[in-house]
Amino acid sequence: MDWQAFEVSLKLALLTSVSLLPIGLALAYLLANSRFFGRELLEAAITLPLVLPPTVLGYFLLVGLDSNSFFGGLFVSLTGHSLAFSFTGLWFASIIYSLPFAVQPMLRSMESIAPEIREAAWCSGLSKWKTFFKIELPLAWPGIVTAMVLSFSHTLGEFGVVLMIGGNIAGETRTLSIAIYDSVLAFETAQAQSMSLILLGIALVSITLVFMFNRSRSRLVQL
Amino acid sequence: MLKVTLRQTKPIALDVNLHCNNGDILALVGPSGAGKSTVLRCIAGLHSSKTGQISCADHKWFDSETKTNLKPQQRRIGMVFQHYALFPHLTVFDNIRLAFSKQQQKNLDKVDDLLARVHLTGLAQRYPHQLSGGQQQRVAIARALAREPDVLLLDEPFSAVDRVTRRKLYLELNSLRRSLDMPIVLVTHDLDEAAMLADTMAVIHHGKTLQQGTPEQLMYQPDNVAVAKQVDVRNLFEGQIIKLDDRYQLRWHDITLELGPKEAIDHTQNVAWIISPAKVILHQRVRPSRGEQENPVTGQIVEMLTLRGITTVLVAVAEANNLVIQMDVSQHVAERNSLEKGQQITMSIIASAIHIMKK
Repeated sequence: MDWQAFEVSLKLALLTSVSLLPIGLALAYLLANSRFFGRELLEAAITLPLVLPPTVLGYFLLVGLDSNSFFGGLFVSLTGHSLAFSFTGLWFASIIYSLPFAVQPMLRSMESIAPEIREAAWCSGLSKWKTFFKIELPLAWPGIVTAMVLSFSHTLGEFGVVLMIGGNIAGETRTLSIAIYDSVLAFETAQAQSMSLILLGIALVSITLVFMFNRSRSRLVQL
Repeated sequence: MLKVTLRQTKPIALDVNLHCNNGDILALVGPSGAGKSTVLRCIAGLHSSKTGQISCADHKWFDSETKTNLKPQQRRIGMVFQHYALFPHLTVFDNIRLAFSKQQQKNLDKVDDLLARVHLTGLAQRYPHQLSGGQQQRVAIARALAREPDVLLLDEPFSAVDRVTRRKLYLELNSLRRSLDMPIVLVTHDLDEAAMLADTMAVIHHGKTLQQGTPEQLMYQPDNVAVAKQVDVRNLFEGQIIKLDDRYQLRWHDITLELGPKEAIDHTQNVAWIISPAKVILHQRVRPSRGEQENPVTGQIVEMLTLRGITTVLVAVAEANNLVIQMDVSQHVAERNSLEKGQQITMSIIASAIHIMKK
């Protein structure tokens, strides 16, 4: 059992899902409440990681994060560190490829709030911010929890993009899924099995908890 | 007092002129899609028309000339939505308290006062889904009043409840309004509801206010045929005005009807005219009355319908090209005179109740 890889995976998944909370909320709010030119294109771009092969996404991210690229170069000039093959680069890439898993559930739950509820809040004197925190956020909470759990589980299990961006640096970019791959190649079946079972257990438990939460919530809040 | 003037051509055409005094209920009536709810949304600040003015209690809420357009939060409105739009994750108590201003937040007794006013004492800790439709509507009214608004806006508030509950809520609103010193605007497509509750009614059609007046004015003295049709006038016919010395008569096919002295006639050509079914008087066989000399018309009963003690009799008048005129008589009068389908009867069309309109 590669505990170091487990720690990297857990750290990456936690940081990614926490980072996706404000990013996902902002994007979901924008998509749910505004009509603007290019809205569909933005939604498609967010959904792209769902359908694109991880290697393709990984390739573009690798090119984008490279020190010779604009973004990668800017990061180097600001911090002195390279994004490619680093934990920070991996974190950034994870945010991109888990974006649809965060935005979609948040967007669906925000869209399910009847417009009159929002208007009733305004007519009751609540500012737009207060309406968001007191009305929209609590009502969209099941979608937000689902988004967090899905992006956590998805980041924990991602393989292709991690391999392309992070490589396989122990303690830095070597995640549990990469460690499983290495174990299988080295015929260390018992180790591969125990690590796979851990990933399976985490995914199953977290998604079951989401379903249980959403069911109890829908019993409480009926529109 | 609430004053509303709205004009725009797109996306929904609006040509609206309304006013409502404090303590009065103004009902906006008209068919679905006529723009009634849009007008209400404009008053609430949820929609803005291209041009116009909205003022309430001496505050200018909207003025296209000075580019004034206050947000709903700044307008001191109380709004009851069609499906109430209660916050489903909050208790009745919190639904109401959330609408309190900052100064009121600590005055929690006010929630109980408001609940008592809408007969919901003891339900403060319930969630909206644990309430009946009628109870939800009362919470929505309490929430609307929590802000101590300058105007109360009701968007089809009775459409989502059953008939029995609706009748109960009518009575409650009627008694509640006596304690409210603010204009109340009620949107409804139910004419009976409007006539029962409102002090004034405004007919809106294709986004335009056709007429504002008391329910009686709109029902019995509509300005034109369009208003008459919108308020579902039952006896609407065409005719010609005949001038005879200094008085006027109405020619209705082969029948000549005398007109009341008060009827101001400034159109001498073809006109439209109406008569309330209650002002068509049956010539009773058992007890003839002196009024029988007034505009007597004979016809054959083609249909009869009794509802809550009132029998509506449909009579085809041969001399008027078999046009059907409706007459309301009380059920016991219909029974005492043994009225039945196919029977020939004579009625009087009361001259003073004939209302003439431009065609």
